[in-house]
Amino acid sequence: MTTGVSIVGAGLSRFGRQPELTGRELGLQAIGAALRDAGLEWTDVDVAFGGSDGSGLADTLVSDLGLTGIPFTNVKNGCATGGSALMSAVHAIRAGAAEVALAVGFDKHPRGAFDPRPEDWGLPAAYGEAGLMVTTQFFGIKIARYLREHHISERILALVAEKAYRNGALNPNAWRREPVPADEIAAADMVNDPLTRLMFCSPGEGGAAIILTSDTVAARMGRAVHLLGAATRTRRFGSFEVFSPSIQGSGRPSSVSADAAAAAFAAAGVTPDEVDVAQLQDTESGAEVMHLAECGFCKDGEQEAMVAGGETEIGGRLPVNTDGGCIANGEPIGASGLRQVHEIVTQLRGEAGARQVAGPRIGFTHVYGAPGISACTVLAV
Amino acid sequence: MGRSLTGSRCLQCGTVAFPPARGCQRCGHRSTEVLELSQRGTVWGFTVQRFAPKSPPYVVPEGGFVPFAVGYVELPEGVKVEAVLDCTDFSELEGDAEVTLVTAEPVPRFATAAAR
Repeated sequence: MTTGVSIVGAGLSRFGRQPELTGRELGLQAIGAALRDAGLEWTDVDVAFGGSDGSGLADTLVSDLGLTGIPFTNVKNGCATGGSALMSAVHAIRAGAAEVALAVGFDKHPRGAFDPRPEDWGLPAAYGEAGLMVTTQFFGIKIARYLREHHISERILALVAEKAYRNGALNPNAWRREPVPADEIAAADMVNDPLTRLMFCSPGEGGAAIILTSDTVAARMGRAVHLLGAATRTRRFGSFEVFSPSIQGSGRPSSVSADAAAAAFAAAGVTPDEVDVAQLQDTESGAEVMHLAECGFCKDGEQEAMVAGGETEIGGRLPVNTDGGCIANGEPIGASGLRQVHEIVTQLRGEAGARQVAGPRIGFTHVYGAPGISACTVLAV
Repeated sequence: MGRSLTGSRCLQCGTVAFPPARGCQRCGHRSTEVLELSQRGTVWGFTVQRFAPKSPPYVVPEGGFVPFAVGYVELPEGVKVEAVLDCTDFSELEGDAEVTLVTAEPVPRFATAAAR
């Protein structure tokens, strides 16, 4: 029988601009918070995995944590960095190599970060000179096509962003804590049609850490959240990703998010309709709309009625991004995936304060990023 | 010059790639042949670049930045190619609009009938 794995500790640094702190310090704060949450010491940790996209190597944190000699593996997997670190920690526990494992992610991106160079993506310099190395174009093209294909009005994009800011206002740790009306979001500067400036997340700052143990150890600790299933995937043939000079194959592009979500649900023995609270990658508000369908929570085109009916609100049938998501928390690449897990753990324990969902039993997290990677978890109490 | 769009086709499964690929993303076969792609296609999806991209790498055209459309053109060979899309009005690009290749270099550029 496979060893069951539980989350016994979850911690965050503050999210948002913190000029006085380095990215590494945000990672250390998150680890400290997760250890305190678990009631453990750094010396209890048997193995660690973690990373940042642009704030240094996670394994150097041992110089501040203590040189206990444990294996500490650096993970650099874009937006899936946290998810891949978590998956590695799960594998270590299942393999019997560790009783207590740490997954950590952190980053500190300045305003206007993310300067992709064509050569790093295998593209001729001409793509940059012609103005095609702009990340937001991909999101605009994908959601514009999706809305048209499934007869969804553009209004949904403002409504989803409005929910993110509203939830962020309830989250003491969020970066954006001011509600923004949908009309103001829709009327903001257009970045790439149909997406305005206020529909996007911004490069941000933060750290997140998760402590995992076997179910046997967790049973002695209390407040454990069971990890029923987890999966990471890379893209299959025919996917549509940022900075693609073409999309190969006919018909609809494949979805790595759909693959990772289906694998996580299969591993958990749970179906999407059993989920009580979910965290879905919302790089921009259209991403949340598409990921609802890609992860199996609705059919394509049903989102308009779902959102209009308040189903994804904190009081709705399937609350989504209850902490304000990437839109309200910003996007520190290494930390985002584990921030999502932190929020679901907090919700399932009933410790989410003003943004608490009523009595959730099963939660889901989904992260997606370039160049076509996704990590999902199914969690339960 | 630069008018023709060159891709490749997998010798095993026939999958078409742009730009030309050494191996096949679908089947992993390592032999491909060069293929001239169609010069007409339909707009699969597009957006408008409303602000001037960061320079460098963006080279601002003479006369200054003006918003332009960028998207994917679906070709009959079974591949959607990213391209700058010339039009007289962005609404011309809606609804599977037909577009024709203007140039393949330095990046693919297609135009609506009104903009040709």
